[in-house]
Amino acid sequence: MIPAAFAYARPTTVEEALQAIADGGEDVKVMAGGQSLIPVMRLRMAAPETVVDLVSVSEMRGVRDDGDALVVGAMTTHHDVLVDPLIAEHAPLLVQATETVADRQVRARGTFGGALAHADPAGDLAAVALALDAEMVIAGSGGRRTVPAADFFVDYLTTCLEEGELLVEVRIPKLRGEWGVRYEKFNRVAQAWSIVAVAAAVRRENGHIAEARIGLTNMGSTPLRAQATEAALAGADASAAAIAAAAERAAEGTSPTSDLNAQADYREHLARVLTRRAVSAAAGL
Amino acid sequence: MTLTEEPRTTETAQPEIGRARRRKEDARLITGRTTWTDNMVLPGMLHLSIVRSPVAHARIGSVDVSAAREAPGVVAVYSGRDFAEEQGSLPCAWPVTPDMVNPGHPSIAVEEVNHVGEAVAVIVARSKAAAADAVELVDVDYAVLPPVLDMEQASTQDTDLCHAHLESNTSFHFVFDAGDAGTGGDTDEAFSGADVVVSRRFVNQRLIPAFMEPRSVVVQPQGDNYTMWSATQIPHILRVMLAMVTGVPEHKLRVIAPDVGGGFGGKLQVTPEEVLALLVARRLGKPVKYTETRSESLMSAHHGRDQIQYVDVAADREGNVKGLRVRLLADMGAYLRLITPGTPALGAFMYPAIYKFPAYRFELKGIFTNKTPTDAYRGAGRPEATFAIERIMDELAVELGMDPLELRRKNWIKHDEFPFTMVAGLEYDSGNYEAATARALELIGYDELRAEQQRRRESGDPVQLGIGFSTFTEMCGIAPSRVLGSLSFGSGGWEHASIRMLPTGKVEVVTGATPHGQGHETAWSQLVADKLGVPFEDVEVLHGDTSISPKGLDTYGSRSLVVGGTAVVKAADKVVAKARKVAAHLLEASEDDLEFEGGKFSVRGTPGTGLSIQEVALAIFAAHNYPEDVEPSIDADATFDPVNFSFPHGTHICAMEVDTETGMVKIRKYACVDDVGTIVNPLIVEGQIHGGLAQGIAQALYEEAVYDADGNLTTGSFVDYLVPSAADLPHFDTDNTVTPSTSNPMGSKGVGEAGTIASTPAVVNAALDAVRHLGVTDIRMPLTPERVWRALQTGGDGGDRAAAGTTAYGGASTESTTGVSTPASNPGGIS
Ligand SMILES: Cc1cc2nc3c(=O)[nH]c(=O)nc-3n(C[C@H](O)[C@H](O)[C@H](O)COP(=O)(O)OP(=O)(O)OC[C@H]3O[C@@H](n4cnc5c(N)ncnc54)[C@H](O)[C@@H]3O)c2cc1C
Repeated sequence: MIPAAFAYARPTTVEEALQAIADGGEDVKVMAGGQSLIPVMRLRMAAPETVVDLVSVSEMRGVRDDGDALVVGAMTTHHDVLVDPLIAEHAPLLVQATETVADRQVRARGTFGGALAHADPAGDLAAVALALDAEMVIAGSGGRRTVPAADFFVDYLTTCLEEGELLVEVRIPKLRGEWGVRYEKFNRVAQAWSIVAVAAAVRRENGHIAEARIGLTNMGSTPLRAQATEAALAGADASAAAIAAAAERAAEGTSPTSDLNAQADYREHLARVLTRRAVSAAAGL
Repeated sequence: MTLTEEPRTTETAQPEIGRARRRKEDARLITGRTTWTDNMVLPGMLHLSIVRSPVAHARIGSVDVSAAREAPGVVAVYSGRDFAEEQGSLPCAWPVTPDMVNPGHPSIAVEEVNHVGEAVAVIVARSKAAAADAVELVDVDYAVLPPVLDMEQASTQDTDLCHAHLESNTSFHFVFDAGDAGTGGDTDEAFSGADVVVSRRFVNQRLIPAFMEPRSVVVQPQGDNYTMWSATQIPHILRVMLAMVTGVPEHKLRVIAPDVGGGFGGKLQVTPEEVLALLVARRLGKPVKYTETRSESLMSAHHGRDQIQYVDVAADREGNVKGLRVRLLADMGAYLRLITPGTPALGAFMYPAIYKFPAYRFELKGIFTNKTPTDAYRGAGRPEATFAIERIMDELAVELGMDPLELRRKNWIKHDEFPFTMVAGLEYDSGNYEAATARALELIGYDELRAEQQRRRESGDPVQLGIGFSTFTEMCGIAPSRVLGSLSFGSGGWEHASIRMLPTGKVEVVTGATPHGQGHETAWSQLVADKLGVPFEDVEVLHGDTSISPKGLDTYGSRSLVVGGTAVVKAADKVVAKARKVAAHLLEASEDDLEFEGGKFSVRGTPGTGLSIQEVALAIFAAHNYPEDVEPSIDADATFDPVNFSFPHGTHICAMEVDTETGMVKIRKYACVDDVGTIVNPLIVEGQIHGGLAQGIAQALYEEAVYDADGNLTTGSFVDYLVPSAADLPHFDTDNTVTPSTSNPMGSKGVGEAGTIASTPAVVNAALDAVRHLGVTDIRMPLTPERVWRALQTGGDGGDRAAAGTTAYGGASTESTTGVSTPASNPGGIS
């Protein structure tokens, strides 16, 4: 399990990083925490000519308050997310989901941006970004652009990042009002990826559900929103019966895979049960 | 008398046996500051990598190694043809029937590949990286043949053949019939006259031993001598077998197992890689090293279990068992390795377990498939047997409307009936099933749990609770050489030890039982410290090197303490006897007047006189003054061959929560009381039980080697082959009853396999007990949430899992299968 030989660059700024990518030859991979990249290189499923290691790009690390939104640097590690006071205050759903990611060692190295750029539908953080209507700030040779999460995830392991582009930071709108959140993850052993998971954020108003945002992990080739359930919940009673009825529609519009852990119909069933549980908890029931 | 007068030997006053000492070897093992085989670096050493078959079954056309040979750093590349004349066949030392068919097992494939992961070429390079880089440059032309993957289908007439030159896929047909053996009545009669017959088909799935340290081997040629370091459980057996396979004479071969990081039976093997390393070192005259990757380990190191069990039990209405009939299909995989056939055959003697069956018949067919060979894995044959009997006892209880524990009580051997010759002919020496069960019920809080179960049922709680039992025994301490001979096992079962008294009074203990994580160094030191009355710290235990420890049969089958430890004790007795003669001479007393206590010889009735055994060691080293009629040495050795196995037993109780909405199962409580006879070190015993439980629970809930329709191993990494960690396991409430064994002087019984053997059926029985009232009668292992959910939805046993791996790491199944899948194999679920 030794990767094929590769050239290595360690830039210290975003600008240098973009240059290193441009100079890196035919097949360049950027490396964040390396927790997904290095295993595939060791399995020789990827054999890049050059690896551009972002570990020293300090401007891509850390969390800042930008008024209506939090800005999370792509190189912020899972561990840093878990201990950050701003995220704890304004995006507790991200904390809940990040707590379920892998183990301590992986969380110490793996990054928020790396997890999103990797775009594994079984990864936990993409569905959260989608549910929170996060925006991706992307840098390229032509400057920066901002893409909503809904447009960022394109396919299995595929984002809208073009060759030569970097995800530099993620803008997460603060939740205003009376929100409750819950990340409901279903896996067989503690450190595994989700078989299915549901990220729910629910805003209550006068005993009703004013708004629900529900992200689904591993229910298709990209993270998805449970749109039918969201629609059914908008304005619904915050009651067990109303939530259960809405959750019955959680698998609509999904196309999950079949693998060792779950065949598609079972994944659909799990999506319904977990959505009911996540929304109930988020709604304070 | 003042305190200062007495030398500080008083510490030895507290007996070592029974002390919960921390293991003296752990600091170096845990920190890695020791010699693991892969740490070894020899001058001029070359590195091997192995090109492995990406297809399950094919004829090999050409093997083009020219490009690999040209690669930077590559010294040589060999295909199977280069070694065809000298590689021989890997040994199978347990021909369970005289007409067993053995297709032969090349270390490197020559004409045909028969499972994914089989070696087809070997690369020798100056660095490990260079060797790895050249793997993809070897071009092998495979003419693909249909793979034989389904054991049941493979055992019929209507099947492709795994080995074209054989007549069928059946290797052997092994039968044990208690009626014929004279140890029981006629089975057919027992069944035809019975009130109740319950029949079930159980699947004991394929597992992977998944030891922590991957296999690694280093070979150094010196003239016509060879030294091999290998991460093996069995350096002694390996040496003999390598000599027989390769023709390197045994006395020219030294095998060393340095510290070894786990085995669980997975390193009880003569591996293709060991043979190849020796052949390459001989060919090139240079030292070589091969260390497998985890992916290689999962797909090519031998697997375990993989049996389909058809079990029938007969009883009367009152619940008295009348007969047991077992038919087994056991998947050999593609070849017979060291004890592949013997592993399921050993189970023959364990199906009747602790119950007084008057009649019993066992039939076993060994079947070839195009999968990795199976062989010993923790328990080897006995976990499978225990699973089947403990599961069918529950099924019988349901059929009779009886409490499962009541049924067991009614049929088990009572404590005052020992020694008891059971229906398969084994003489159980001792035990007390009543006592262990009573204590286990107390530990788990049985009545409360039953009350809660009732409440949950009545309220229709989505989370149901179940309680499962396993009242197991096993035969272990793999030993009596004559019995092993009668079972056609290729070797004996004795064990050897020697004790060397050094001039400074320190003690070297040499054992033939080779540890690979069990803690022999600590336990043997405790035995010797007690026997010789020397401080624990003064004892060093040497092992694992055929030059240092020339005789031994190594570690497996829970044999080390009961056989190897007994040899140590007997050697220590001889040391004391020899030292007594010398001490008597030096003290100018008669031997009969000497007493030996706390490591000191003294003349009875003459206080103040005395000579410690450590002083005697120095005196005999100087040898200036010793008796005329003895040699100047108090060293001694002993070989012990017990007359019987040992039969640990225990009662395991699992309380399981089942989420009926998702199918998720969760162990709520687990309590077990094991009787392993006399306990030398309670901490080691508890550790063995905990680790064993983890592995047995893993079979019930997590682990399964899954092959797809093309014969690719989809569980080719730890992402998909789920080994639980401490985070996934409950707290264990453990305790022991102590009924000493009568087949060794210490009274100990083996503990290494107990937890693994006992726990699996307790867990499955608990899950079934939780949902039986909802119409579920069986759930196939591992109890994935999906299987539990399907069983709840539609009955049946939960069915097959989809064969695709998960998408982590892009859905790679194994290193070798990337890029060579067909539409049917669909690795990673990505179509
Ligand atoms: C044992 C284990 C268990 C795991 N369990 C989970 C789990 O339960 N849930 C879960 O969600 N994840 C899990 N993961 C994945 C983990 O979260 C990884 O940290 C994450 O997927 C990748 O983050 P990384 O920083 O390591 O990225 P890397 O591995 O460095 O990169 C991943 C990919 O993203 C690209 N990339 C990285 N950063 C950028 C960037 N800024 N701009 C553009 N492209 C970029 C890389 O080129 C590469 O293709 C697990 C990983 C392991 C090893």
